[in-house]
Amino acid sequence: MRRALLRLVFAVALPALLVTVWWVASAGSTDVYWPPLRTIVEAFPDVWTAERLRGDVLPSALRLAGGYALAAVVGVALGTAIGSYRRVRAVCEPVLEFLRAVPPPVLVPVIMLFAGIGDTMKVTVIAAGCVWPVLLNTVEGVRAVDPVMAETARSYGITGAARLRNLVLRSASPQIFAGLRQALSIGIILMVISEMFAASNGLGFTIVQFQRGFAIPDMWTGILVLGLLGFLLSVVFQWVERRVLGWYHGLRASARRSP
Amino acid sequence: MLDVRGLKKVYEGSGRRVEAVRDLTFAVGAGELVCLVGPSGCGKTTLLKCVGGLLAPTGGEVLLEGRKVSGPPPGMAFVFQEYGRSLFPWMRVGENVGLPLRQKGLSRARRGELVRDALGSVGLADAVRAYPWQLSGGMQQRVAIARALAYEPRVLLMDEPFAAVDAQTRADLEDLVRGLWRERGITILFVTHDIDEAVYLGERVIVLSASPTVVREQLKVDLPVERDQLHTRVDPRFAELRTHVYEQIQAAKKGVVAS
Ligand SMILES: Nc1ncnc2c1ncn2[C@@H]1O[C@H](COP(=O)(O)OP(=O)(O)OP(=O)(O)O)[C@@H](O)[C@H]1O
Ligand SMILES: [Mg+2]
Repeated sequence: MRRALLRLVFAVALPALLVTVWWVASAGSTDVYWPPLRTIVEAFPDVWTAERLRGDVLPSALRLAGGYALAAVVGVALGTAIGSYRRVRAVCEPVLEFLRAVPPPVLVPVIMLFAGIGDTMKVTVIAAGCVWPVLLNTVEGVRAVDPVMAETARSYGITGAARLRNLVLRSASPQIFAGLRQALSIGIILMVISEMFAASNGLGFTIVQFQRGFAIPDMWTGILVLGLLGFLLSVVFQWVERRVLGWYHGLRASARRSP
Repeated sequence: MLDVRGLKKVYEGSGRRVEAVRDLTFAVGAGELVCLVGPSGCGKTTLLKCVGGLLAPTGGEVLLEGRKVSGPPPGMAFVFQEYGRSLFPWMRVGENVGLPLRQKGLSRARRGELVRDALGSVGLADAVRAYPWQLSGGMQQRVAIARALAYEPRVLLMDEPFAAVDAQTRADLEDLVRGLWRERGITILFVTHDIDEAVYLGERVIVLSASPTVVREQLKVDLPVERDQLHTRVDPRFAELRTHVYEQIQAAKKGVVAS
């Protein structure tokens, strides 16, 4: 109980400090672009009404969810295929390295060309950016399946789908999750950027609208919402990860105790 | 039951050619407990993997009940030398033991029964819900043995299963294997580099030469079926047998041709 409390204090201390610094430093500001935090906070409830949450935050979140899910499924599936077969890997590796090196935001204008400016484009952009870390990490994870475990599975007749489910994907899951985590931050960035280019709603669109209309405190509230969204998603992600990878953290902790 | 004829295995790869096993011929009768001893690196693991259908021999063949082994045959279970890496760390002990049974298509009730039985017979009945990495090395190896037992194999292949456990646990595990062998009438091929262990456990000891490996000698262990750690090990006959095997191994290391 005391330890949990202490952890909470540690977790909250730095954000609290930063917010205080921001609050104090901006308190008397008359700069239009740099309004006092107090003004921003006061504007917040007026800007982010239930209607706005439904009209802008929800579409953004749905695009992100769609693109991210697509990237996760495609990344894990392709990554497993590439990681499992040496030949496929030899063929794909150079192409993958190239594609990975392309900064994802560059994809937006390109994808706009053939996917238009609708939701399809945004979901595609998010998926196209998120897929790489998932894919490459899955390849590494699948390649690293322990040979003794692989032989164990084989000797007990665990092959095909059962092998994939019980051995390959489970064994690669720590790397897959590392990829998914990277993909999450990329996904949020791409969500915003794709909405800044061409959209009629969404978080990115709203923030740009505020900025163009010189509603600077409102723009800042949008940035706060983005930050909060990112934070919320990361908390959810961590919760899921702890459930799925509980074994892995336990294994690591026990390996540290007795090397 | 098990026939090894003219078995030869050559590893090729990365410019190195290793003739691990040159020419091995021996047979194991149904319900027999045979120990294989030989100097380190003489190809014991290689031999066992060929027998278990995990490696394709370069020459010769392995017959199980008259049929040629070309992949892991059902009804055969393998206990690996690297016990720590042969249990899946993402599964609890019970799931680890039960997985091969699920693959066999047994009903849930029957699986539960077999898992409980097998864990009970290695003295780990209350570890069902633990993860492998929460157990000591000796306990992990017992889980691996329980997994093999639950599989209800007709042939059990064990590769230096006790090499990494302490002396006391080792003695217990040896008695466990002998007990199970007598109870269940399974055929066991047991690899070890420990001469005492081979003589104590086996009904017959097969001594392998150093690489390039051939069968150097086959020795019937004419000790009573009823054995125990205290009395058997001080039996004069035990001393004679172990001295004999010891001399054979020493000669094998020096490369002297068997007399
Ligand atoms: N996958 C492999 N590729 C190439 N050479 C191998 C491979 N596995 C084993 N060898 C070689 O084959 C020989 C026999 O190895 P093996 O593991 O069968 O010996 P072992 O008798 O089990 O040894 P130990 O008692 O140390 O377990 C060794 O010289 C080893 O270097
Ligand atoms: Mg070995």
